[in-house]
Amino acid sequence: MTELPTSTDRKMGLVIDLDTCVGCHACVISCKGWNTENYGAPLSDQNPYGADPSGTFLNRVHSYEVQPEKGHAQLIHFPKSCLHCEDAPCVTVCPTGASYKRVEDGIVLVNESNCIGCGLCAWSCPYGARELDLAEGVMKKCTLCVDRIYNENLPEEDRVPSCVRTCPAGARHFGDLGDPSSDVSKLVAERSGMDLMPEMGTKPVNKYLPPRPKDTVEEEIDILAPLLAPVAEEPKGFLGWLDKTLEKF
Amino acid sequence: MTFQQPSIELSPKVSDEVRKTTCYMCACRCGINVHMKDGKVAYIEGNRDHPVNKGVLCAKGSAGIMQVNAPSRLRAPLKRVGPRGSGEFEEISWDEALDIAVGWLGPIRKSNPEKLAFFTGRDQSQSFTSFWAQNFGTCNYAAHGGFCSVNMAAGGIYTMGGAFWEFGQPDWDHTKLFMLFGVAEDHDSNPIKAGIGKIKKRGAKVIGVNPIRSGYNAVADEWVGITPGTDGLFILSMVHVLMKAGKIDLEYLSRYTNAPVLVNATVGPEKGLFLRDENDKPLVIDRATGELTAFDKPGVRPDLAATYERDGVTHRPVFHLMAERYLDESYAPEAVAEQCGIPASRIRAIAADIARVAFDEAFELDQEWTDFRGETHKTMKGRPVSFHSMRGVSAHANGFQTCRALHILQILLGTVEVPGGFRFKPPYPKPVEAHPTPHCKVTPDSPLDGPHLGFVRGPEHLALKEDGSPARIDKAFTWENPMSSHGLMHMVISNAHAGDPYKIDTLFMYMANMSWNSTMNTRGVIDMLTDKDENGDYVIPHIIYSDAYSSEMVAYADLILPDTTYLERHDCISLLDRPICEADGAADAIRWPVIEPDRDVVGFQSALILLANKMGLPGFTNEDGSAKYKDYADYIVNHERKPGIGPLAGFRGENGDKSGRGEVNPDQLDRYIENGGFFIEHVPDDALYYKPWNSAYQDWAVGMGIYDSPQPYLFQLYSEPMRKFQLAAEGYGDRQPPDHLRDRTKETLDPLPIWYETDQHGNDGFTVNALTQRPMAMYHSWGTQNAWLRQLHGRNPLYVPTKLMREHGLQDGDWARVTSPHGEITVPVMEMAALNHNTVWTWNAIGKRKGAWALEEDAPEATKGFLLNHLIHELLPPKGDGLRWANSDPVTGQAAWFDLKVKIEKAAAPDGLSESLPSFDPIKSPVGTGPAELKWKVGK
Amino acid sequence: MHPAPSVIIFTTLSGLGFGLLFFLGLGLPVVTGMVAFVFYAIAFGLAVGGLAASTFHLGHPERAWRAFTQWKTSWLSREGVCAVAALLVMGLYAIGAVFLGQNWSALGVLGSVLSLGTVFTTSMIYTQLKTIPRWNMKLTPAMFLSFALAGGALLAGQVSIALPLLAVAALVQLAYWKYGDDALAASGTNLGTATGLGDRGAVRAFEPPHTGSNYLLREFVHVVGRKHAQKLRVIAFGLGFALPLVLLLLPFESTMLKHTVAGLAVLAHLAGVAASRWLFFAQAEHVVGLYYGKR
Ligand SMILES: Nc1nc2c(c(=O)[nH]1)N[C@H]1C(S)=C(S)[C@@H](COP(=O)(O)OP(=O)(O)OC[C@H]3O[C@@H](n4cnc5c(=O)[nH]c(N)nc54)[C@H](O)[C@@H]3O)O[C@H]1N2
Ligand SMILES: Nc1nc2c(c(=O)[nH]1)N[C@H]1C(S)=C(S)[C@@H](COP(=O)(O)OP(=O)(O)OC[C@H]3O[C@@H](n4cnc5c(=O)[nH]c(N)nc54)[C@H](O)[C@@H]3O)O[C@H]1N2
Ligand code: SF4
Ligand code: SF4
Ligand code: SF4
Ligand code: SF4
Ligand code: SF4
Ligand SMILES: [Mo]
Repeated sequence: MTELPTSTDRKMGLVIDLDTCVGCHACVISCKGWNTENYGAPLSDQNPYGADPSGTFLNRVHSYEVQPEKGHAQLIHFPKSCLHCEDAPCVTVCPTGASYKRVEDGIVLVNESNCIGCGLCAWSCPYGARELDLAEGVMKKCTLCVDRIYNENLPEEDRVPSCVRTCPAGARHFGDLGDPSSDVSKLVAERSGMDLMPEMGTKPVNKYLPPRPKDTVEEEIDILAPLLAPVAEEPKGFLGWLDKTLEKF
Repeated sequence: MTFQQPSIELSPKVSDEVRKTTCYMCACRCGINVHMKDGKVAYIEGNRDHPVNKGVLCAKGSAGIMQVNAPSRLRAPLKRVGPRGSGEFEEISWDEALDIAVGWLGPIRKSNPEKLAFFTGRDQSQSFTSFWAQNFGTCNYAAHGGFCSVNMAAGGIYTMGGAFWEFGQPDWDHTKLFMLFGVAEDHDSNPIKAGIGKIKKRGAKVIGVNPIRSGYNAVADEWVGITPGTDGLFILSMVHVLMKAGKIDLEYLSRYTNAPVLVNATVGPEKGLFLRDENDKPLVIDRATGELTAFDKPGVRPDLAATYERDGVTHRPVFHLMAERYLDESYAPEAVAEQCGIPASRIRAIAADIARVAFDEAFELDQEWTDFRGETHKTMKGRPVSFHSMRGVSAHANGFQTCRALHILQILLGTVEVPGGFRFKPPYPKPVEAHPTPHCKVTPDSPLDGPHLGFVRGPEHLALKEDGSPARIDKAFTWENPMSSHGLMHMVISNAHAGDPYKIDTLFMYMANMSWNSTMNTRGVIDMLTDKDENGDYVIPHIIYSDAYSSEMVAYADLILPDTTYLERHDCISLLDRPICEADGAADAIRWPVIEPDRDVVGFQSALILLANKMGLPGFTNEDGSAKYKDYADYIVNHERKPGIGPLAGFRGENGDKSGRGEVNPDQLDRYIENGGFFIEHVPDDALYYKPWNSAYQDWAVGMGIYDSPQPYLFQLYSEPMRKFQLAAEGYGDRQPPDHLRDRTKETLDPLPIWYETDQHGNDGFTVNALTQRPMAMYHSWGTQNAWLRQLHGRNPLYVPTKLMREHGLQDGDWARVTSPHGEITVPVMEMAALNHNTVWTWNAIGKRKGAWALEEDAPEATKGFLLNHLIHELLPPKGDGLRWANSDPVTGQAAWFDLKVKIEKAAAPDGLSESLPSFDPIKSPVGTGPAELKWKVGK
Repeated sequence: MHPAPSVIIFTTLSGLGFGLLFFLGLGLPVVTGMVAFVFYAIAFGLAVGGLAASTFHLGHPERAWRAFTQWKTSWLSREGVCAVAALLVMGLYAIGAVFLGQNWSALGVLGSVLSLGTVFTTSMIYTQLKTIPRWNMKLTPAMFLSFALAGGALLAGQVSIALPLLAVAALVQLAYWKYGDDALAASGTNLGTATGLGDRGAVRAFEPPHTGSNYLLREFVHVVGRKHAQKLRVIAFGLGFALPLVLLLLPFESTMLKHTVAGLAVLAHLAGVAASRWLFFAQAEHVVGLYYGKR
């Protein structure tokens, strides 16, 4: 139903580490594979071998360049899927009740058999997290792998989203962000996890860990310089030093 | 309305069955769980138990389902019916295909086996394919290493008996500073990502040295946007600074390297070689006794400083020579800063940071071990600095020496094979002496006299005929590139076309797209493949090719042997070859048919066995003339290289309980399948580090069949084999280089690492470096046929640094003409700020030929995509000396892809067509094109 | 936003249709019989035609009935409910006028309110979207309502009412463009907030996540050239408001001419509003475009 629950028991979501994501797209394809075979209609592809291939993906990896005031430009890989917002506008705009937020865990889902494919939820999502599947005419979005995370047919350790399980760099974390003692909540606290577009008031559950400061080694040169104090200025002196040092062995 | 949620199925059945095998979407060889529904592949995920990937999977691996179902798969053997390059074929039966092949190969073998040139691409069945070639009797065999990264392999093995590439790895569990030179992806794709993730979690530092800040370099804490081709200078400058500050591990150097070995200073044929005793052991001065002693005598404490006087000549240890060379001010940061494009202060700061971590953060593991001199050490000393490097260093014509320089840096710091440093994976470490030398003696109707490839120790091992001319078609192991351990696949077609050093009859290739992305000078190579002589016959008379897909190369062969996909065949990832070992264990793996092919295709290795059986090749034939092996699976299980040693190390012996050595086990493949497709034997705890000198490791390795006897050795800071080539160039010895190569040999085969600028002849006016990188989500040309992956990288702009964008008035989406001394392309551009100011680059192998890969002809890969290869020539521009010099490393023959210099200028979109130039005629697709829509779901 | 013809047709026609119903419900003019039939045919034709057009872009039109269920939160649902209510009430009212010669004025007023309400709910579908700052302004409902009223008055032949309403609509239109052009910048959302990287330096979109196209780019990223937009604004303003005003003010004596001119004014207005609506969609920048380095 399109009303948002007043509160959810848990706030399951992802924490994405921008300091570690190498932009490999593994999560993108793993997500495509799992969700093509599982929840709802397959994620279709149009013109897959032709001039303008396109298809439905629930997770995509962008990349941005940041030019700090001084120093080198930085490149940041930026995965993005549904953030399972607490105040999800995509749910409240839905005229059919197909979009809803689960009370148990806060996962935002589309009930595909009720969806009319009007697209309004996608319009209301600031993050581009919803894509209308052209073959099926229904709205697709990240399900937080709801059909994995509780799946009793999977071994316990595999009850995590497909994208999290596959991420080679370990840049994706999954857990209950409503529980301050969870690993993900601690990570967010330690690394100052942030919201995307907080001004939209969507209160995303997913958090992003910002990249650590970069290119700082030269600033530490005062501390480091003594390490390089020469033992000798030329080869001869060096061999003298060598002899002396070897004595101590 | 009360709040109501639909109830959904939270525990749907995932699959009917999971089949565990090995991924082959690239050469990393991760373990995969293939989920099957109704006998079809439904979903692929990583195998958590697998030593390589431990459960994770990259984009390519997850997209495997789109690969095994790709419309580009070849369906049956093909016989060319149109002209070469047209793509016109007729499907034929396997019987006919094998008869045609044997009709060409049989007579060659009887008269002149070298007329077959058999070159394979990036598969890892090289121990098998080379065995086949050896038994056929041709000397002309190699895999792709020569154009790929032989500099890395050879530089590592000659220096420390093991290489980066995928043959070693940083000690991810302990390292605190990881420095990466010139890597975009590498073969160890998932392990490197996992390793970086792991160390970042610990807060360890990553330094990326790369002109381009993407991928691994984007997450690096420090980015060094070096000028391409100057890493050697940067590294040697750090060596200078560290030596000068005494921040080197003297104990390590004296015990484990040839730094204390005495170098003969007597003028003459021995000058620069090591002083040796009667057993040929290099000599050192023992600090304890002051005596001249064999380096490995029990209890000896080699002296790094002492010299040795004999007949009025002072013989000095290697370390003296190093001090003399590297303390020279020409290596000071200030002297190299401009050339490298790195401020001197930054070079110093990085060197200081390395010193800090290596020495101030040194640590010890509580683990006793005994070295080869019999001394027992209470602990294992760790230095948590590690390095890794790949083609950014090796694909330059000074790459071999740069690679050596990097190893010298690691060794000076004492960070190789110690906790926190760089570690070898079995079967490495393995000294040069434990490797074969090259063999090239051809006898009609007989096998070759030994393995084709190997490691030369001096001019005596060059592959030369009696008259001094090259024995091999690719001119490997000749004076032009004496240490070309992997052969030179990139020279085969042009040499065969030129009939230089001789003409061949049949070119037999496997899994290498040599008419497109794996070749330099693509257009030229296409012309060579299609060129006819005065009689109207093709200059290269016969071409046989095996591919699994409708690649560009298919169109240029006369006979196609269609391969299976990776889920449809047996494969063996063997310790005899390029196994999947980790530093902690020896491991190998198999692939097995988790699905049956639905086409008339045969695994290539099995096809080779069928050919061998038809020709009755020795090695494949029993005494009674019957076939030894019926197919590759049979070979994998039953072949023995030496008694008890076969392709697979696991589950040997009658009961399957022996590892490494053991009798043939007929159930071996089943045991692998039960075990998840792989086998791993862990290295014992006291053997985990210091492997080259650790008796426990040496004994374990012997037990595993890696060596026949312990092989402890010293790291070769100073390379004696190189000195031997120099000596020849100085006029000593009976095998002499041609005069035009004397000076170059003297200069570039320096036994201590040097840096030299690569040949810039003909580059006047071409000042911008042009590079390629591998996209993490694509594997060379294969990725494009994959419906999911091609949406990620369907075209490849030329990335241009902000400064050059401004200078040339370019904006994203504009077109630029890019010219090199060899050619011209017109391509779309895109701005990139995090890029060396004088470097442009693009993704490798995205550009496609129209008609290939079952794509429609207006696919963006063909209209907007492009290859930089059109600008790169296998030869350098003519110098007017009547000679053509190869665009290769003078030591190893490694193809110098990244030496390319270009100029760029703004261009109108070509012909208003918005197509990249050059554009080629379409080739006819032997498999048609793919469907208009995909809704892939196996278990509806 | 991609200016989908279905939504442009829908909002333009239904706005006009409900505008006309609004006046008819108020008895402006009071009509019965055949004349009423013509008026109502036009009004229902526009309103229902518009609504029907809006189902063209649905993935599953056969499930459209479900769209009435979520009136508690969804403006789209409310619009559906409101529209059906308005059409039902005005349908009854029309039956009275056409067949029974009755003007049940209480029912008419209710119908009028519902008609205007429908236009308002339509406008709120767009106005509520924070993701599209150009729409997320009070001026959006003002524009929809003023256009519907002016157009309705025009169609209802209420020249004296239409004149001021057209003038008001014209002013609202100008204001909408003026504030709309700055709306994205004023919203405070930019690539810096979108990525959370803004405080580290200037953020620039580098490689897109895929070279292939996707739904988001097709739906949300539509770039209209500045010059082209300027031209269209002149056309929209000229046809939608200026020309009708001029035409209505022309001193014609003959009723024939008067009717022709009024007809022309209606057509011009319709074309102008359609052009304005095209711009309304085509120029609307969805913040998702920021992620793709586009607007
Ligand atoms: N400009 C530029 N060029 C380069 C490089 C670069 O960095 N820049 N890199 C160079 C390097 S290092 C390399 S290794 C080469 C790689 O170049 P190639 O080795 O040519 O690489 P691929 O494109 O992977 O082509 C291999 C062929 O194998 C086929 N194939 C795939 N799977 C199978 C299979 O299961 N069986 C069989 N029989 N065939 C199969 C594919 O269809 C394809 O035609 O490119 C080189 N070219
Ligand atoms: N996903 C994927 N993985 C692959 C492959 C693939 O095609 N796709 N191919 C496989 C093969 S065959 C190979 S050989 C390996 C190669 O793996 P890599 O060695 O990672 O090869 P490249 O992608 O060519 O990357 C070379 C890197 O060196 C940098 N570089 C170029 N010149 C210089 C220089 O002078 N100095 C420094 N410091 N850097 C420089 C380039 O910017 C680039 O980042 O990858 C293997 N793994
Ligand atoms: S899989 Fe991990 S590292 Fe790769 S793009 Fe996704 S989040 Fe980044
Ligand atoms: S990210 Fe978008 S789709 Fe997901 S809950 Fe938030 S608004 Fe809805
Ligand atoms: S597209 Fe489907 S889920 Fe989205 S708002 Fe419309 S009906 Fe609801
Ligand atoms: S949680 Fe599942 S559905 Fe969501 S992005 Fe990850 S893999 Fe895709
Ligand atoms: S790195 Fe990727 S493609 Fe390569 S073997 Fe592993 S999963 Fe497969
Ligand atoms: Mo390679």
